[in-house]
Amino acid sequence: MAADVAVVVEHLNGTIAEVSFEMLGQGKRLAAALGGKLRAIVLGRDARAAAEACGTADAVLYVEHEALGGFDPEAHGKALAALCAESAPAVVLVGNSSKGMDLAPDLAVALGVPVVTNVGAVAIEGGTIVATSRLYGGKIHAEVQVAGGRAVLSVLAGAFPAEAGKSDRPAAVEGVAPPADLASRIAFQRLIEPEAADVDITKEDVLVSVGRGIQDKDNLEIVQELADALGCPLSASRPLVDLGWMPKSRQVGKSGVTVKPKLYIAIGISGAPEHVQGMKDAATIVAINSDPKAPIFDVAHYGVAADLFDVVPALTEKVRELKG
Amino acid sequence: MNGNEPSPGETLMNIVVPLQQTPDLVEELEINADGTDIDRDAVTLQLSEWDGQALEEALLLKEAGAGSVTAVTIDGGEADAILFTALAKGVDRAVKLKPSGDAPTGLDHHALARLLAAAVAQLGADLVLTGVQSVEDLDGQLPVLLAAMLGWPHVSVVTGTELRGGAIAVKQEYSGGVMAELEARLPAVIGIQAARQAPRYAPVSKVRQIQKTAKLEEMPVEAPSGEAGLKIRRVFKPEIAGRAEILEGEPAEIAAKLVSLLKDRGLAI
Amino acid sequence: MPIEKEKILSVEPERIREKSRFVLDGMDISGHWNRMFEQRVLWGYEPDRLDQVTKLDGGESLGWCYQCGKCVGVCPVDVVGDYGPRKIFRKVQSGIDLFTDDDLWLCTTCGNCLRVCPKEVDMIQIMPAVREQAVLEGHMPPELQDAFEKTAKYGNPLGEPARKRADWTREAGVEVPILAKTKRAVDVLWWVECYPAYHPRGREASRALARTLAALGIDFGIVGVDEKCVADSQRLAGEKGLFESLAEDNVKTLAKYEFRRLMVTDPHAYNAFKNEYPKHGGSYDVVHYTQLLAPLVSKVEWKKTLAARVTFHDPCYLGRHNGEYEAPREILRAIPGVEVVEMFRCRQNGYCCGGGGGGMWLDGFNAPHLEERLSERRVREAVEVGADVLAVCCPFEVSRFEDAVKSTGNEGKLVVRDIIELVDEARGARQ
Ligand SMILES: Cc1cc2nc3c(=O)[nH]c(=O)nc-3n(C[C@H](O)[C@H](O)[C@H](O)COP(=O)(O)OP(=O)(O)OC[C@H]3O[C@@H](n4cnc5c(N)ncnc54)[C@H](O)[C@@H]3O)c2cc1C
Ligand code: SF4
Ligand code: SF4
Repeated sequence: MAADVAVVVEHLNGTIAEVSFEMLGQGKRLAAALGGKLRAIVLGRDARAAAEACGTADAVLYVEHEALGGFDPEAHGKALAALCAESAPAVVLVGNSSKGMDLAPDLAVALGVPVVTNVGAVAIEGGTIVATSRLYGGKIHAEVQVAGGRAVLSVLAGAFPAEAGKSDRPAAVEGVAPPADLASRIAFQRLIEPEAADVDITKEDVLVSVGRGIQDKDNLEIVQELADALGCPLSASRPLVDLGWMPKSRQVGKSGVTVKPKLYIAIGISGAPEHVQGMKDAATIVAINSDPKAPIFDVAHYGVAADLFDVVPALTEKVRELKG
Repeated sequence: MNGNEPSPGETLMNIVVPLQQTPDLVEELEINADGTDIDRDAVTLQLSEWDGQALEEALLLKEAGAGSVTAVTIDGGEADAILFTALAKGVDRAVKLKPSGDAPTGLDHHALARLLAAAVAQLGADLVLTGVQSVEDLDGQLPVLLAAMLGWPHVSVVTGTELRGGAIAVKQEYSGGVMAELEARLPAVIGIQAARQAPRYAPVSKVRQIQKTAKLEEMPVEAPSGEAGLKIRRVFKPEIAGRAEILEGEPAEIAAKLVSLLKDRGLAI
Repeated sequence: MPIEKEKILSVEPERIREKSRFVLDGMDISGHWNRMFEQRVLWGYEPDRLDQVTKLDGGESLGWCYQCGKCVGVCPVDVVGDYGPRKIFRKVQSGIDLFTDDDLWLCTTCGNCLRVCPKEVDMIQIMPAVREQAVLEGHMPPELQDAFEKTAKYGNPLGEPARKRADWTREAGVEVPILAKTKRAVDVLWWVECYPAYHPRGREASRALARTLAALGIDFGIVGVDEKCVADSQRLAGEKGLFESLAEDNVKTLAKYEFRRLMVTDPHAYNAFKNEYPKHGGSYDVVHYTQLLAPLVSKVEWKKTLAARVTFHDPCYLGRHNGEYEAPREILRAIPGVEVVEMFRCRQNGYCCGGGGGGMWLDGFNAPHLEERLSERRVREAVEVGADVLAVCCPFEVSRFEDAVKSTGNEGKLVVRDIIELVDEARGARQ
């Protein structure tokens, strides 16, 4: 029992969050290391459909109840705690997402076990759980050992490959009755879909950013296609805003906005200090610039020193291929 | 959201905003001698970014007539500067917490939550707003731990609040711009991701003036002992290349390399 | 911001009187020529707006304007927009709220209007006074707020770590003595300031200056990590408290060291040390680096001929505000091969790069109010006189003008260099 691994599967409108597959993949390996089983946990009003998609797990427990319709941290917390108290898994993996932030520390307190946040790596060493937490904006990592052999781990998106968690195998689903008490002081009201019109580039996870290297307004189409393929908006350096090719709200930099996306792709941007000031804290920076000496390569993590008109269409094509 | 005016006859509430002091990441962080923590003697402390957002949101609620705002932080470090700035921005009370034992270290949010839970009880709060996270989240995010210890409901990653009688309506942000609206009965702990507007600026002249006239309160707090159950084996700096790793080859090859790199890192693809 | 339409309508249709049929002494004189205009009524006119400005300490002189219009012709903002004290006076008089109006932030405090104004209407006092109130009320463009916040937190508006303030010295190629370490008296204490310490282009000029000082055998040293922004531009942008608190810190820091002269790279720092710091307990024998070097040019060993047509942009805070026009030109003329050409607006009537008075941190905010940036205008002027090099000696200017060279499509025609970079190059020392 105390060798099992549980993964809390996150889903919205019938779509399972990518991080859940990443956790299922990693959970499988942890369960093997512990000599236990991998269980997926799905909560919701209609949880079964999502449960069916978790074939990687040895068993998928789903709890359905009206109170679990929208995400209400208290009701979900109670349902999860009840389930975990009973099955007592050694490791519970929760995504470090909005919902996961509400669930993981709460569950740890309820079960009386430790919690590790921002987990980017995890291993079992002689039966001991060892997790690596990425702190200080990823600048420092802490490797911690968990006392007592049980833990809730709040896992960062992108830390583990999602492939390993996806499976065509029919899932062994099992409906579990909700606990008697799901009373909550929180009421879920409604979902608010984003308005397409007003993109706030400071809130985006991915940005394709374009600079004067694009040369002509008509050429913007080339980068727009890449952005569409990646499902993200375009941002820009100041000259493009000055020229009126891009709205002011998309300007990155000293006199624009500061962005910290997970991925920033700078295309035809030289990397002037005034621009860099607004994007240097992006987690991953990719630069495409024909000048190998361009200062943007000093802040980028990955660089492509080539003509954007060759590379960008090729990249778009590859992204499309992969996304299907 | 608007219309925060309390209905007639409603009592004004006390909003408590715990402010954490965290290392400023603009300065290079160093590792301490035994490799189990950052070098605390060498860091510059500052108000945690998200707590600054929580403070702004609390001030917006106050300005809409909700009640009073009390800012609290643990004594030491930049406590005075942070609290005087909070006063200049408009909080009603600024309180330095004096723990009876050792002050919790930056990486022990369980101890911090226990201490703050005791402080919140002493201050008689109806609502706690604090940053949803900090750069030192090793053992859980503070607002949820604090709520769990107080036995209050909590909502994390909130980007806007509105008081509705004895409840607080909040917007919880999911990824991709999708949000949910929730209503939590008070008392509650809300983890703020972003205030409805950018945190206001406290002009230095105002701060200096307040430093001369106002006095910070001090409050002894006795926190129950406890354990987070984690042992830090080592802290280390991940390896980062100085300059970009340049990808070579024909456009199609470069594109393939790049896409697989991004894919491996769970980025966008 | 334009005045609301209603307020400037010279003819209000409902006040036009015209008799459709009018007979006078038996003669029919109907027709549009009997049209009468009733007296125009100014409504929404708020006479106390002007009082709100003139009652401020420093705001008094706005009330003295008698609308002669001399200032508008020389205001650099008016050249690329619609501005100047005369216009500001009139707008405030007819009811705009300067404390919240975008116009408040367009003035660069260049000082050219004061030079010509018969009534001594002093924008260098008026603007900071009004801005101070606006800042206290929380009305300021976000870019500016960001610069204030960073200055308060890190001691520099770029938000760079204090500990890295002296990092530029590593690649100077000569030893740059740091006084906290050498602990000895020097002839010249060099106050480096923020852009020369942190901005990549500023750093290049700083290294060139360090090499030149060393080659001339000047006994100098820098403060290093304890140096903080002099914050004169923040003061002029309305954050007086920030200026005062940094001035106190800097005066204390300077008291720790023994030196004869205080040399600055930045004309804004020059202005503050000379005219403001004495009020805060710091009186120094302050020189701009061009003033220190000009008398020494005969001692420089020149190794290269530059063969360039160079035009010089007078920094407002070295020239107009503090009367130094010659020192930079003397150095330029001494460089072998340099031909100095003047732009139409120079010396007392020098144009402004747009970076002063907080303009450095208002680029995005001000842009929509201008046809082009002041720096772009200036770059065109440099190109017009056929210059190959636009020489500057203020650390704001290299970044502003280089950017403008690109945005005006003059890449390849004009380069922007700090004077000290030209000296360094002609000395064959450039790395
Ligand atoms: C006060 C002030 C505030 C400023 N604020 C901002 C700000 O907020 N944001 C901002 O972005 N800038 C700002 N700037 C401007 C900044 O200094 C730079 O001028 C600007 O960022 C340059 O934009 P860019 O990189 O797009 O253009 P450039 O510097 O012209 O760079 C274009 C790049 O494209 C590359 N390129 C050309 N053709 C190709 C091709 N076919 N394939 C691949 N690459 C190619 C070139 O090698 C070059 O590196 C500010 C400047 C000042 C003075
Ligand atoms: S100080 Fe300069 S910018 Fe300001 S109004 Fe006068 S001339 Fe114009
Ligand atoms: S020069 Fe002086 S008096 Fe004349 S319009 Fe300008 S501000 Fe008024």
